[in-house]
Amino acid sequence: MRGPLPGTVRAALIIAGKDLRSELRRRTALVSAVVFAALILAIFNFARDPTSLRADQLAPSAFWITCAFAAVTALSRAFAVELEHGALDGLLLAPVPREALFLGKFLGNLVFVLVVESIALPLFVLFFNVSLNGALPGITLVALLATVGFVAVGTVFSALTARVRFNELMLPVLLLPFMLPPLAGAAQVTAALLNGRPLLESAGWLRLLLVYDIVFVTLSLLVFPALFDE
Amino acid sequence: MTDSSRPGGSPLLLRATDIRRSFGERVVLAGVSLTLDEGETIAVTGPNGVGKTTLLRILAGLLRPSAGEVTVDGIPVRTADPASRATIGLLSHRAMLYDDLTLQENLEFAARLHGLPDPRRVAHDALGQVELLSRSGDSPRTLSRGLIQRAALARALLHAPRLLLLDEPFTGLDSAAAQRLKSLLAARRPAGLGTIIVTHQLHEARDVATRVLALQDGAIASAAA
Repeated sequence: MRGPLPGTVRAALIIAGKDLRSELRRRTALVSAVVFAALILAIFNFARDPTSLRADQLAPSAFWITCAFAAVTALSRAFAVELEHGALDGLLLAPVPREALFLGKFLGNLVFVLVVESIALPLFVLFFNVSLNGALPGITLVALLATVGFVAVGTVFSALTARVRFNELMLPVLLLPFMLPPLAGAAQVTAALLNGRPLLESAGWLRLLLVYDIVFVTLSLLVFPALFDE
Repeated sequence: MTDSSRPGGSPLLLRATDIRRSFGERVVLAGVSLTLDEGETIAVTGPNGVGKTTLLRILAGLLRPSAGEVTVDGIPVRTADPASRATIGLLSHRAMLYDDLTLQENLEFAARLHGLPDPRRVAHDALGQVELLSRSGDSPRTLSRGLIQRAALARALLHAPRLLLLDEPFTGLDSAAAQRLKSLLAARRPAGLGTIIVTHQLHEARDVATRVLALQDGAIASAAA
């Protein structure tokens, strides 16, 4: 006896749940991304000449560059696991819309990258000795807005490059240019917040991040099904 | 040459018309046509590299043919309607299982995607069908080749597909497991479920097949009831 087929959202949640359960069990990508983030922050901190560059001038850029590279580490795994035993065929044969595959992988990646960022943030405070002083809600909002955009694009490129030789190199080459707008916006807003400016002063950047999210999540949803039309 | 051995009588389940597929300059399928009735089991044989797996992937809708069309229950298999995929089960060369999940979790995941009620029980029953209940809590990476094949079979049979496509299903199975598979396939016929087996182990497939088609040079070279 068959029940109703899962709709797009339900199927996406099933796929994201599977990915997160796998990741919790394996932890390889999470540990790699966190260690990677810690190393980049440490390099930025110790390579800086404190007499010529104040920590708060470098800190926002360093944090977002760290998050970007940690995200690329995570995204490169997103579709690799689907190819290990041909599991992707199982997903493609499932009676769920192709858009659900994108949304499922996107949600799984989003949670993963947000977890990495939430672990990287205290390390960032520690290494750069910055005070969040009421800036945390604003930084959380801007992190969410920036991450949604680049994870959406990253999910598409992860699927696109999964079956390509040297995909570990191809993914950052393709993805990093698309990460520039959200990273620039996030770094600008973070800098303003760390300098004690109110969040509303960065409304222009926040609007840019929101528009980027809407445009690229929509485009990703439209493009993704075509990637598997073999 | 096309498949001209169709006995007829039962409602048509699958129709593949003039399927052609090339990879670059290499022509793999050069016009394969076949039909499958409800309750039928067809074995497609042929030497390595003749295009058996390509044909099966096209029948499953995983690969776009260069020309031709496949319909299941009259609906094009590559239709955008995801519900059309619910009728198909596939056993391929690869197990379609995740190493980081247990066998039970793998099958529950597949059952959820197929919208089956009580996925836990469905997964449990499917593992029972292939006598893998004792390994339900194990990761696929701990299983032997034969046990992986049984787990992959359980996944393919999980949703009782109207059309079951099997690529070399007897590979890695011991004689008891092969016999069990033949019984499972035989049980599908009275229920009107169709099966296509792609294999070069004709002696195994002949026990369950109602028709045998030989694929050669990208086309069906002979057909026997």
